[in-house]
Amino acid sequence: MSDRPHAIEFFDERFGLDAAGLEGTLADALGGGIDYADVFCEYSVSDSVVLEEGIVKQGDRHVEQGVGIRAQSGERRGYAHSDEISLASLADAARTARSIGSGGGRSASVALASRETRGDSLYPVATAPTSVDVSKKVKLLEAIDAHARQQEPRVVQLTASATSQYRRLLIAGSEGEVVGDTQPLVRLNVQVILEDATGQRREVGYQGMGGRYDFERLQDPEAWKPLVDEALRIARTNLGAQACPAGTMDVVLAPGWPGILLHEAVGHGLEGDFNRKGTSAFSDRLGQKVAAEGVTVVDDGTLPARRGSINIDDEGTPSQRNVLIENGVLTGYLQDRLNAKLMGVQPTGNGRRESYAHLPMPRMTNTFMLAGQDDPEEILRSVKNGLYAVSFGGGQVDITSGKFVFSASEAYRIEDGRIGAPLKGATLIGNGPEVLQRVRRIGNDLALDQGVGTCGKDGQSVPVGVGLPTLRIDAITVGGTESA
Amino acid sequence: MSGFEQHRDCVERALARARETGADAADAVLVEGDSLEARVRGTEIDFVSQAKERCLGVRALVRDASSGGLRSAIASTTDLSADTILETAAQAVALAQHTAPDPHAGLPEETPATGLPDLGLFDPSDRNVSVEARIEDARRAETAARAFDPRIENSEGSQASSHFSNVTYGHSNGFLESYESAFHSIHSIPIARENGSMQRDTWFSAGRCLRELEDPAAVGRQAAERALRRLGSRQIPTCEAPVIFDSGTAASLVAQLASCLSGYAVYRKASFLGESMGENIAAASVTLIDDGRKPGGLGSKPFDGEGLATRRNVLVEGGRLSSWLLDSYSGRKLGLPSTGNASRSAGSAPGVAATNLWIEPGEASLGDLVAETKRGLLVTELIGMGFNPVTGDYSRGAAGLWIENGEVAYPVEEITIAGNFLEMLRGIDGVGSEILWRGRIASPPLRIAAMQIAGA
Repeated sequence: MSDRPHAIEFFDERFGLDAAGLEGTLADALGGGIDYADVFCEYSVSDSVVLEEGIVKQGDRHVEQGVGIRAQSGERRGYAHSDEISLASLADAARTARSIGSGGGRSASVALASRETRGDSLYPVATAPTSVDVSKKVKLLEAIDAHARQQEPRVVQLTASATSQYRRLLIAGSEGEVVGDTQPLVRLNVQVILEDATGQRREVGYQGMGGRYDFERLQDPEAWKPLVDEALRIARTNLGAQACPAGTMDVVLAPGWPGILLHEAVGHGLEGDFNRKGTSAFSDRLGQKVAAEGVTVVDDGTLPARRGSINIDDEGTPSQRNVLIENGVLTGYLQDRLNAKLMGVQPTGNGRRESYAHLPMPRMTNTFMLAGQDDPEEILRSVKNGLYAVSFGGGQVDITSGKFVFSASEAYRIEDGRIGAPLKGATLIGNGPEVLQRVRRIGNDLALDQGVGTCGKDGQSVPVGVGLPTLRIDAITVGGTESA
Repeated sequence: MSGFEQHRDCVERALARARETGADAADAVLVEGDSLEARVRGTEIDFVSQAKERCLGVRALVRDASSGGLRSAIASTTDLSADTILETAAQAVALAQHTAPDPHAGLPEETPATGLPDLGLFDPSDRNVSVEARIEDARRAETAARAFDPRIENSEGSQASSHFSNVTYGHSNGFLESYESAFHSIHSIPIARENGSMQRDTWFSAGRCLRELEDPAAVGRQAAERALRRLGSRQIPTCEAPVIFDSGTAASLVAQLASCLSGYAVYRKASFLGESMGENIAAASVTLIDDGRKPGGLGSKPFDGEGLATRRNVLVEGGRLSSWLLDSYSGRKLGLPSTGNASRSAGSAPGVAATNLWIEPGEASLGDLVAETKRGLLVTELIGMGFNPVTGDYSRGAAGLWIENGEVAYPVEEITIAGNFLEMLRGIDGVGSEILWRGRIASPPLRIAAMQIAGA
């Protein structure tokens, strides 16, 4: 038995949202020129504990519940949401959504049937992470602090946090389906600041991990010790880092989290809304060559237990594996219902929203490049002088001009094919439709990130994943403070 | 009961319940929001959205007998039914049993705000604004942008929003107050196309009252003009040059500076300015002010997130660092009183935030600054996250206009600008006269004598 019928029962038992009531609500929202309506109910519990200066100073717990009703007529969307979940407030919201979505007209009728989307959940958990005893979360953070300070006396600050979320969803659409999902999400973050012997220089090291799995997995020392050690290693490396030169360079990206390049440089530009409107640098380029030979980019919401995975999207469409670029050729966009319909294609399971308070939009899930043939060592040796970027902070893209930027949090000079001095403050900037055409080598070592990605679009945040094999890209503009 | 009375009643019940279940002190905040948003794209309505949201957050502080320190935790909920209010308060107390006692935790010792001023945070007549009126505003902005030039042939749309909120805050030492505010905006994002390449830009206007907003058509035209001037953008060669930040991008520098002046960043040793109190951290022409009681200010509020009076603080005076931004906790950590900068959302612990924060304008117009610059960059947009508050390393993606012989020569893009933030602040050699308020943080245009630019 999967979690999904369970979520449907949850809303029925707790809020009295039965099939007949939902059918009535949808009927209220339909009619007139409204061609589609849906109800999105959410009950989400989250908690977090935060450690700094060696003690857990703060704990918090948040319950967020509400319902959003959408009425759609062609491109036009009416949306009303409320933090009260009851059939009465649903009826109110339905009428509001309908009136702002279109206008008068008679109500229509809807008959709902519960639908199984997938045999088993992609992320079954034994215990809801928000039901795990807080004292276990506190102990984990204390153990992390003790371990870090034992490894490294130069720690002047360590901040660690453990957050958990358990989100229950119910989605009923006017095409007659009602689906539910239960989405666990956990995350552990560690940030250290080290000070050098002179007391003049401090640097940061950060690592995080998480996903849709049991909190227990984070409690395993085999999981968190390497995470802490890695944060310390990055901070130590940065204590010895030189200022980054500015100019155009050949760049090698390490596997894993640097996949953020794909997310910024091409992922957003392939979202259906921008392409339906023709506002993306990738608009009208289906079937064209947008990347070098051998480059295949996939968005896959079906990977078990990953942070970016979803059984169903926030419109009830089952997630799937979508090939966006195949061997260098643009093959598909990411779609929600509305944009798929207007573009005459099928939804791809990418209609996502931050919460009941937001309209869904096409969004990424887990976005990565498939592995190639090249040996990663050999890729580094192939670059005479350049930049080796191992980890990144945030990135951003202007989807219309295609310009993207992201900042390296760990990077090195490449000198004569060997990794040289660490560099700090490196920023990479480029043009989405061009950058993947300059891919010269693709490693055989695809890795996915550790479950830390959060994507922002139009004010809405959703959890995502990225991945990349070792990659060589030629002639990228690198920003830094030193003249090259 | 009126809305405010109901909210105060909720807060009082939550505080009482927290005390009954074992809290030695508690505070609670209830935020209610009512919002309306409409976007028009081309000639069609893209979406219209309406909502009412409420959230109650309760912080419980429980004294540890042996150390005397307080343990603290927060519980919050969007369900304001009577049972859930009581349950939430009890949950905060239960959760606090798990956190560590902290000698610096607690409600502020300072006297709470009294005699709250009317700061002009809303116009009661705006509350009757109709969906249709805001759709019309969006439509006027969109139509003006599209009609401005034949090369504006597409857009992401134009959007109008109105948000009304009221905040009620109380704590167990007897403070219980509310205030009401509004936020209205109009925003346009046109796209210009020429020779197969596209450029997007935006303009927006925001205010506490609808009558303070720029005319929607003017917003659309300004956005269109900005998108058009980016057509034909190119890279420039890597070089070092003076950089002028326009009012909007300069405000981002002020926001980054504020993050380094937060008491939390200072006691955590996470600010490169942490040991610089009293020192010259910027050019003598730089004076930075935070004022929580600026009439009609988008960051104004009569009391802060801990019930203390908001006030005017000079943070940097003639280039010299003169104050941090503090709430009571970070103040205690540094041995200083709160500066009235506690910020508080229902679901999280108090933190520090600027209220209305700005650099005092100078004499020269943006045009003067450009005319004085022989060769340099005028930045109109920054992208990416390349700022490290621990070290002051700054490196961001930029777009803007290249200046030759004191005149704008051509648009540039796909470049980065980089420097050390302290050197950048000290290197400010021009402070403009025009200040543009579109949020809590504003700045006149600023010129920095030299930055490293990476390009072709």
